[in-house]
Amino acid sequence: MWSYLARRVLIGIPTLWAIITVCFFLMRLTPGGPFDSAAPVPPEILANLRARYHLDDPLWQQYLSYLWNLLHWDFGPSFKYKDFTVTELIAQGFPVSFQNGFAAILLAMVIGIPMGIAAALAQNTARDYTVSGIAMTGIVIPNFVMGQLLILIFGVWLKDTAVHLPAGGWNNGAFANRILPVITLALPFVAYLARITRGSMIEVMRANYVRTAKAKGLPFRAVVIHHALKSALTPVVTFLGPATAFILTGSMVVETIFQIPGIGRYFVQGALNRDYTLVMGVTILSAAIMILMNLLVDLLYGVLDPKVRYD
Amino acid sequence: MTDMAAPDVPPASNIGPDAIEGRSLWQDAWRRLMRNKAAVASLIILGLIAFFSVFGPYALAWTYDQIDWDHVEAVPPSLALKHYLGTDSVGRDLLARTLFGGRVSLTVGLLATSVALFIGVTVGAVSGYLGGKVDQLLMRFVDLMYSVPLTFFVIILMVLFGRNFILMFLAIGSVEWLTMARIVRGQTLTLKHREFMEAARASGGSTASILIRHVVPNVLGVVIVYVTLTIPQVILLESFLSFLGLGVQEPMTSWGVLINEGAAELEITPRTLIVPAVFMTATLFCLNFLGDGLRDALDPKDR
Amino acid sequence: MALLDVRNLTVRFDTPDGEVQAVSDLSFTMEKGECLGIVGESGSGKSQTFMAAMGLLADNGRATGDVLFGGANLLTAGEKQLNAIRGNKAAMVFQDHMTSLTPHMKVGRQMAEVLVRHRGLSAAAARDAAIAMLKRVQIPDPERRAAMYPHELSGGLRQRVMIAMSLLCHPELLIADEPTTALDVTVQALILDLIREVKEQDRTSVILITHDLGVVAGLADRVAVMYAGRIVELGDVAQIFAAPQHPYTQGLLACTPRLDDVGKVLKTISGQPPNLQRLPPGCAFAPRCPFKIAACAERPPLRPAAGGGLKACARDDIASINRAAS
Repeated sequence: MWSYLARRVLIGIPTLWAIITVCFFLMRLTPGGPFDSAAPVPPEILANLRARYHLDDPLWQQYLSYLWNLLHWDFGPSFKYKDFTVTELIAQGFPVSFQNGFAAILLAMVIGIPMGIAAALAQNTARDYTVSGIAMTGIVIPNFVMGQLLILIFGVWLKDTAVHLPAGGWNNGAFANRILPVITLALPFVAYLARITRGSMIEVMRANYVRTAKAKGLPFRAVVIHHALKSALTPVVTFLGPATAFILTGSMVVETIFQIPGIGRYFVQGALNRDYTLVMGVTILSAAIMILMNLLVDLLYGVLDPKVRYD
Repeated sequence: MTDMAAPDVPPASNIGPDAIEGRSLWQDAWRRLMRNKAAVASLIILGLIAFFSVFGPYALAWTYDQIDWDHVEAVPPSLALKHYLGTDSVGRDLLARTLFGGRVSLTVGLLATSVALFIGVTVGAVSGYLGGKVDQLLMRFVDLMYSVPLTFFVIILMVLFGRNFILMFLAIGSVEWLTMARIVRGQTLTLKHREFMEAARASGGSTASILIRHVVPNVLGVVIVYVTLTIPQVILLESFLSFLGLGVQEPMTSWGVLINEGAAELEITPRTLIVPAVFMTATLFCLNFLGDGLRDALDPKDR
Repeated sequence: MALLDVRNLTVRFDTPDGEVQAVSDLSFTMEKGECLGIVGESGSGKSQTFMAAMGLLADNGRATGDVLFGGANLLTAGEKQLNAIRGNKAAMVFQDHMTSLTPHMKVGRQMAEVLVRHRGLSAAAARDAAIAMLKRVQIPDPERRAAMYPHELSGGLRQRVMIAMSLLCHPELLIADEPTTALDVTVQALILDLIREVKEQDRTSVILITHDLGVVAGLADRVAVMYAGRIVELGDVAQIFAAPQHPYTQGLLACTPRLDDVGKVLKTISGQPPNLQRLPPGCAFAPRCPFKIAACAERPPLRPAAGGGLKACARDDIASINRAAS
């Protein structure tokens, strides 16, 4: 078990390195540079800037020194947010994205999984169709539409009522300011979880061992909880791993719509601004979390299925 | 619904005199699909949306990029002005824009999915069929790609390619193939040791010809199902890119662009959001229902 | 009163390809202490008959008729009443030992559950009783095995665990659905011995569902032969083996390989198994029957046959033709 863990972490390092390398060169191949702007910049200032950020060094040298700095936990200075290092930007933004993401994924699990189970156990009834309809709607409506719709309803139309919620802004993480963004983040995942849980539950309920459990005279509840649920959760966990990694690193859409100071917005802003170091920093963080979540998923498989062995 | 099994009852399709007359798997699947009301309705609606998106713009008085200079404002629906669903905030006909946007969104969906399909099936079939080192290498690569935040990847590609419409679906397609490759690989592995594959190998077919003539046709069912579920994802991704300002450029338009414009004017003219949103969500709904129906029809035993 | 009384049982499945009638108008009775063999090929409805009786049909299956067991009609009984009977007075052993035990639960706990549910034992007492039962079905080292997951046991052990589990409440009726399929021969013998022991020592009534006539010959008192959802012949084992009255039974017997058949070509019944969706209007076996006559265009009722059994065949001279041929 421990050697398996150690091995998995060790495999993660070259994966991370490969991702860093690909992203590094991909970003540098992109036409345009971080100091392009509408107003012409005097050439001597541009030269100064380029020298300061070592952009005139040969590419391989930049690459090596970037890797070297990474080893010292130094993601370099941001090109656009001139007074900040990338490490500082991430340290400020990540906790915000993480908290929202974590709340959203929990909310999605608490709602989506029971919904899927309820639908599966009443297959082809009104209840099932309702859940499937809600799930399909959640998947099909883009979250930027959903977010704006929620703002319109709770921030504008219900402005003078008790259920009024702030239309945006962060307000240092006040509870009311978190509600709409977390719901917007969670909705598509509620939908996916309900759908996946329903599908796998239906399949498991047809398994021979569920039939055996019924033949033993166990009450239906016990059959579902003790015999079906654990196996039915395997595909759910498979989905949850990457989904959690994705949601924890912030959503560009939700953070933009609700003006939340997380790191999700840095993906887009960084890429558009050619803020190489910022984009790299956020990407590396995402990839690392993704690798971590995949490891967690593999460990959870062992909990759900005794056949899984780590050796 | 069709997703039920009758254990111990042999599937009627491969016993009895019918089997000898040769009712093929595809005919069977088609018959089952036609019995699924949701899937049939979806197919009809999709057909209508596609038809009107392609031919509708020719029948309208206004084109998608034409500004009604007499009314440079949001005109409510009016038969007299031939703005059947009104105009957007600068006086362009909403119906014409929505239909044209549908053309763009559907094209992006289809082309990007074709790219994903081509790469995914090729990688999956080669990986599964050849096995060994090639398989390991390709699957490692797929694993690696799974760890990259893919939307970031698309954004980089879009920035790199400079918001070119043709290259947009290439960018999207080149990140959507991963799951397809995994599915096809799995199917190929199960096919590999079947008798007809052994026979094809024994009779000296080249790897390429075996892949094309034996592997690909046999994974087609799974692939078709996955395609119908990928197209909506691509259309959503396109709308997401539009939200970031990386979608198609004015005056060209797509459902994603229209929905974004509409969402911004939600309070004043909800119509500008509702019309394209209805078209897009209807398409996505139908594709999802069709995908589910196809899965049930092609694989009745497992459902 | 008979222990089990099945009257006009019909089982239908609603499939994507239309309705399939897996069991048609089936009636038979069974006495206490008896062992009844149910023989037929897959798709003959032999398993579905008892799935229906135990309320275990798939979601798309519907059963009509009556299944009377111990004064209760199992087909109309509520979930609660059914659950008080299942696993308690009537227990079932399934054929697929690979998939019939819950993979993520230790076998000891899966067994103990039954006793906790039906006997109200504490978890610890139930566990001890489960281990005792494992010992009774001759599982070596039962304490250790009880703490294992199903995949850690061999196929034979898993099947014995299944049987042990079904016997925990000393049921009046044990339904064993292909209990020896996919097991190797020595293990098969062990399992059959176990069933015989249960039958003889505990006076448990046993229904033995199988496609293997050899299994039936060794254990059953009476045999019902099923074809296309109906009983085509029913009678004492000895009588049916000696003088089968239905051409299908004859065919089955002729197909069973025997040790003294060395060098002979294995016989098969010609033609294809019936398509349940398109059964001929008359006798379902007629398309494959070598003795078909005009009367076979009408469905033959199950009627008394020579030798005291029942048969569903229009002709009365099948047994004599058979004797003449061999």
